[in-house]
Amino acid sequence: MSTDTLLVEPSAVSPSRRVIGGLLRSREIAVLTVLLAVIAVTTVKSHAFLFSGDSWRDLLLTPSILLLLAVGQTVVIITRSVDLSVGSTLGLTAYLTGSLFVDHPGIPIVGVFLAGLLMGGALGLVNGVLVAWGKVPALVITLGTLYIYRGIFLTWAGSDRINPSDMPKDFLALGTKQVASIPVLTLISVAVLVIVGYYLHTARGGRELYAIGSDPDAATLYGLTVSRRVVSAFVLSGALAGLAGVLYAARYGTISSNAGSGIELQAVGAAVIGGVAIFGGSGTVWGAAIGAFLLVTINRALPIVGIPDFWQRAVVGGLIIGAVVLDRVLSARQERKLVEARDQS
Amino acid sequence: MTAPVQTEPDTVTRTYASYSRPVWQRILLTRELAIIALLAAVYLYSTGNIDNFDNPLTLYYLFLDTAPILLIALPMTLIIITGEIDLSVASVVGLSSVLVGILHQDAGLSIPVAALVAIAIGAVAGAFNGFLVAYVGLPSLAVTIGTLALYRGIAVGLLGTTAVTDFPEKWTDLAKDRLGSDTSSYPVILVPFAVLLVLFALLLHFSPFGRGIVEIGLNDEAAHFTGVNVARTKLTLFVLAGAVSAFAGVYYTLRYGSARGDNASGLELQVIAAVLLGGVSIFGGRGALHGVVAGVLLIGVISSAMRLDGQTVNVINIVIGVLLVLSVMSTSLLAWVSSLRSARTGARGPSAPPPAPTPNHPSSTFSSTTERQHP
Repeated sequence: MSTDTLLVEPSAVSPSRRVIGGLLRSREIAVLTVLLAVIAVTTVKSHAFLFSGDSWRDLLLTPSILLLLAVGQTVVIITRSVDLSVGSTLGLTAYLTGSLFVDHPGIPIVGVFLAGLLMGGALGLVNGVLVAWGKVPALVITLGTLYIYRGIFLTWAGSDRINPSDMPKDFLALGTKQVASIPVLTLISVAVLVIVGYYLHTARGGRELYAIGSDPDAATLYGLTVSRRVVSAFVLSGALAGLAGVLYAARYGTISSNAGSGIELQAVGAAVIGGVAIFGGSGTVWGAAIGAFLLVTINRALPIVGIPDFWQRAVVGGLIIGAVVLDRVLSARQERKLVEARDQS
Repeated sequence: MTAPVQTEPDTVTRTYASYSRPVWQRILLTRELAIIALLAAVYLYSTGNIDNFDNPLTLYYLFLDTAPILLIALPMTLIIITGEIDLSVASVVGLSSVLVGILHQDAGLSIPVAALVAIAIGAVAGAFNGFLVAYVGLPSLAVTIGTLALYRGIAVGLLGTTAVTDFPEKWTDLAKDRLGSDTSSYPVILVPFAVLLVLFALLLHFSPFGRGIVEIGLNDEAAHFTGVNVARTKLTLFVLAGAVSAFAGVYYTLRYGSARGDNASGLELQVIAAVLLGGVSIFGGRGALHGVVAGVLLIGVISSAMRLDGQTVNVINIVIGVLLVLSVMSTSLLAWVSSLRSARTGARGPSAPPPAPTPNHPSSTFSSTTERQHP
């Protein structure tokens, strides 16, 4: 076999056909289609789902918190790790937000956002350091810190909880405020999404994350600073969970002890549905974001199409499994094509 | 790899690192015994220093409360040793709890029949996981996160927010019954647990099937070439996990006299924490059941001692989390220490033969896997 011909030559196809073919095959488009179909079916069933007063706002607003977590989770999963502690981080920073307002009335809102980001980033740093230098799988470490962070949160909060009356009106108004009919929280989340997505797609650091996830050994041999990159992925995930905690406080006003519990699995689920491979190295934050939208929208759509909302979780589980199976089928087909191409050459 | 074969005739180095140490070291200096010693130390300390800890009721409730974790930890150990994981066990507990409730209340089945049906369905749920993991070849983490939501969703969907609470007293009392006298600290649930423990210990430690499990965890390709049926082994283990979890669900229902969709949610994390604390490697290929049982009991003893001492459940969670992190970090810490030591003695070469006997042998075997799987 000659070594200078590629098995598959994408460049042999004309650019426009490549773009169209890529779009047709892309996971993001597929999930987006499902999302639009869900919205369409539900709207046909009940016009109020899309066209009544608050529903357009809710459609965009509800997923914004999960979207942030899914973006952070994607960056971590791409490096072949996972961060299960984001739910606890969210709870902890949401409570921090509330108690900052209680202890320092008149603190600027920007300061609260900064505090949330810093707190989340610090918690993520702990995860990252333990994972990268402890050489222990992230699953175990973040399972441990899930307990620890939630324990700290609950010990700190005790039996009291934060009520809307504890927080300034401006801050709470942020939770439902709209700019050009788009909620502010959604704008924040989408801005984060675009920045992270652009970074992953174009920046050297972003590409290195993919390289580390596809083959950590090769990445080390190639001279990439693997540990540092993994730590920064965890810091990012923690900081975004912290930001999500601040948004959570603004959106719901009430922060009880179970804030954010169990949301980590939804974040992983959103990423998996959006085509992020659980063993790292592939997937985009765009897919994960659409996955987050899909999860939340299905939750809201089910009662409208007549399925009791108790079945939501079953549907979500089915979706996750469907997504993983689909990935497997597609990659098997790809492999078969490559083998055929090799045999012909 | 062209590592020169180093032959040193004057020093006897064994090929198998595990046999390079004297017998007493091999038996005494293990993760399992460390956990057992810690358990004994915590137990003795609590008996001496915490009021009411020596009350027989303490131990009774300890067993009663940790029984589901003890039960599920058995198959979970085997699954983690193969290098897989099952996050859906707690959802199967919830599902089987709901099934027992519905079958008893709506279908009028007697408790034993309803329990058997629930266990059968639990086995089917496990088989679904196992099929996707073993035969379709999907990562178990992703599959069981999916079925975690799916099975829990079915459980909640079947019952909604209602609960079934009218169970015959005969059966709810049995779940809380004690062995022997009325003041004994040993609840009846320990009998099925003991039976299962013996069966699982035989299966894992004294059968060819069990050796296959360890081999899969070390290297599933090598296991395949030595004649282990990798896919069938994994499928079997997931089926066992489903069935045992469903049995734990039946117990859970009768113990609290209530079947609810959200019963035992979050239990999977406790089970996994206990198993890992018990010295099972998350990379697979290493672990023993006596360590795992000690791990579960250690968490149980710590939480009941701290509760008696007036601590809240939150502090207990922090302690459990720290223990879990420390226990998994200890392996890398020991490996790091021993690598420092071997670097100082100058025994270095390009890809030297298995590093000189480390204080903790398995860590040396696994550090290579560690590096391969995680940066």
